Amino acid sequence: MISLLGRAVVLVALAACGVGTVTGVVAAVRRSDEALVFTQRMAYVFGLGMILAALLMEYALFARDFSVSYVAEVGSRSTPAWVTAVSLWSSLDGSILLWGAVLGACAIGLVETTRGRYPRHTAWSLAVLLGVGVFFSFLVAGVANPFSPVSPVPDDGPGPNPLLQNHILMVIHPPMLYLGYVGMTVPFAMGSAALLAGSLDAAWVRLLRRWMLLPWGFLTAGIVLGGWWSYEVLGWGGWWAWDPVENASFMPWLTATAFVHSAIVMERKEQLKGWTLSLVLASFLLTLLGTFMTRSGVFNSVHSFTQSPIGPVFLGFLAFATLFSVVLMAARVDALLPAADDGAGPSSREGAFVLNNALFTAFTFTVLVGTVYPLLNEALTDTQISVGAPYFDKLTAPIGAAIVFLMGVGPALPWGRSAPAESLRRLALPAGLGVATVAAGLAFGLRDPWPLATYGLCAFAFVVTVQQLVDPARARAAARGEPLGQALWRVAVQARRRYGGYVVHIGVLVIAVAHVTATAYQQKHAVTFTQGQAATVDGYTLTYLGSEWQEQPHRRSMVARFQVQSDGEELGVVEPRLNHYKSMGTPIGTPEVRTGLDEDLYLSLVNVDPVAGTASLEVLVQPLVWWLWFGGALMALGTVVAGWPSRARPAAPKGA
Amino acid sequence: MSAVPAAAPVGRRLFLVGALAVAAAALAFVAFGNIGDNLVYYWDVGQLKAAGDRAVGATVRLGGVVKPGSVQWQPDLNALAFEVTDGAITVPVQATGAPPQMFREGIGVVVEGTMTPGGTFTSSRLMVKHSNEYKAPEEGMSAEERTALYETVEGL
Repeated sequence: MISLLGRAVVLVALAACGVGTVTGVVAAVRRSDEALVFTQRMAYVFGLGMILAALLMEYALFARDFSVSYVAEVGSRSTPAWVTAVSLWSSLDGSILLWGAVLGACAIGLVETTRGRYPRHTAWSLAVLLGVGVFFSFLVAGVANPFSPVSPVPDDGPGPNPLLQNHILMVIHPPMLYLGYVGMTVPFAMGSAALLAGSLDAAWVRLLRRWMLLPWGFLTAGIVLGGWWSYEVLGWGGWWAWDPVENASFMPWLTATAFVHSAIVMERKEQLKGWTLSLVLASFLLTLLGTFMTRSGVFNSVHSFTQSPIGPVFLGFLAFATLFSVVLMAARVDALLPAADDGAGPSSREGAFVLNNALFTAFTFTVLVGTVYPLLNEALTDTQISVGAPYFDKLTAPIGAAIVFLMGVGPALPWGRSAPAESLRRLALPAGLGVATVAAGLAFGLRDPWPLATYGLCAFAFVVTVQQLVDPARARAAARGEPLGQALWRVAVQARRRYGGYVVHIGVLVIAVAHVTATAYQQKHAVTFTQGQAATVDGYTLTYLGSEWQEQPHRRSMVARFQVQSDGEELGVVEPRLNHYKSMGTPIGTPEVRTGLDEDLYLSLVNVDPVAGTASLEVLVQPLVWWLWFGGALMALGTVVAGWPSRARPAAPKGA
Repeated sequence: MSAVPAAAPVGRRLFLVGALAVAAAALAFVAFGNIGDNLVYYWDVGQLKAAGDRAVGATVRLGGVVKPGSVQWQPDLNALAFEVTDGAITVPVQATGAPPQMFREGIGVVVEGTMTPGGTFTSSRLMVKHSNEYKAPEEGMSAEERTALYETVEGL
């Protein structure tokens, strides 16, 4: 029943976006309002259809309808409700369905945000978006059909991949990434529309920037949550491993970040149009590349599901989209070229933004090379290799440091002109504090160059950022006699975008400091206990109390109990565990993490021998890990502030 | 857009394109130069032996089976020693830390580490395979099948 209904809904959506693509082109070329209205309706049919299809699948999962192929694949009678809910994105076919549903929501969003304005641009963008929709609904209807009927109907299913059942963050991390990935389609459609229509005015740029900020924010949240999940679940105590699939989500984030910055110049100065649009197109292409790598099984990863026929189809679409982008860019970009360079000079704000973009592009390129190299190598020589984390660390660390430095310099530079003397004067105090930070670090006995450099640069950029936040408020408070807090609020509300941006900057600085500190000053020990035995590791005294089996419907867990003391203070009992799932031979650990503002104690159970009464732990003590997640939250908060819709649209773009 | 695009002077454009090309080439040079030093090789026991001195200092993911009777675990020293075999050739492995829960003789493992000049493989990471059997790659296996041999639960 659900099989039939789901399939029918998807086919209707496929037909709607197929027709809509064609009528969208007609509406744009013939400038026909009727065709545009019809296209908008088709976008609605497509959007609602794909959303309905995903909801039907959720219903089937909860109803434990094993006659539906996807439910038979990942469903189980014994899984708790939240696992059943997240099963939608726990395997390939369901995740493509979710992708389609998010794209559907994007289509509706695009219709609503462009209604009544820029008919030609709207028509082109809907045509492009629905064209992408054709591909995804075709996948759902054909290659990755999750609604195939199963016969005979099985009594029960295996449940989703145990690694994905292991932590509640699975509820939130994948949808965030999907919103980010799929959301990139909208800026792609809008950027293509500007090229196809041959014009790009400030209003369309503003809308485009908003539509980019949304997926950018989701991607940011998705990446940070992914790191958190890895930390809480995988048991190796890290959050970032330069895994191909992590890189896949990071690359579009980098190009989108570059866009968010160059769009400021584009909006204000009508410059960098072609460049900025190529960033939009590249971000979308990189999300496709990422999805291809994630979903086709070319990499070993917790993210890659089984081998699937979807790989070649996806590669084909990626090739087509790349060709489309390159041809479009080459053929149409001349129509958008700026008036003339106004000669602002390298040490102007514009110059800083251009340098920023160069750095983010270099960063993306470095990650791309390291990520794709093993694939090319395997294709050419049939030997298996991967690129180790040291490559990425070594090459990206200097680029990252340069970006942080620029984060400090940029805001102090004036728009439209070079004023080196004035800029240097403004930077004297922050730079002095940066140097003082390094000196303080040296005085406290820090000797490692990277942490020292990071602290100095981050302190420098932090002071500049705080000045940028507080100085306008100070000026207003002085001029109007308002209290500083009230003045700060008023200024922030007026210049929401700038203030949000600076909050994001502070979040980045917090993450940079936390990441470098935790990585550089991590302590790792392997300890084997016999029952009742105590051992002291880095100031923590652990006593092994014993182990026991705990039964749950979907798994049984070997739980080891340890008493933790620090400096004579009782910190309670912790229970790292090894979980055995019926569908997987090897047990999966759940590490026990005691989070603190200063440092984390991370206990990962390696093995338990109940007969001999022994248990082996991997003990990690890492400083400042909590601040990674806090920095992520700051970035999310700043994005919300910057992207929050304003009630009255300003006539001309003023604040940047 | 009605304004006629005013192109930058040709010389300046050329200079810009040239500068970009040089920058990109420099970056590519640095990137590819560094990749070579930081590769992780996915080798079985035979390939490791065949690589000879190249394996010394290189990062290798060595796949094989734990040879029965070879496991020595010294809890007091935190030292784990065993041999990895493909049925014909064996390589001695030194690891620190306790063996993972499922680790036992005859099980398939993937060991990440490097070869020492003395002929012992030092492991920095020990992974037990999904399925309890490890098969050595065979002639004529597709790349995918080879990849599957290295699948582990701990791989990110």
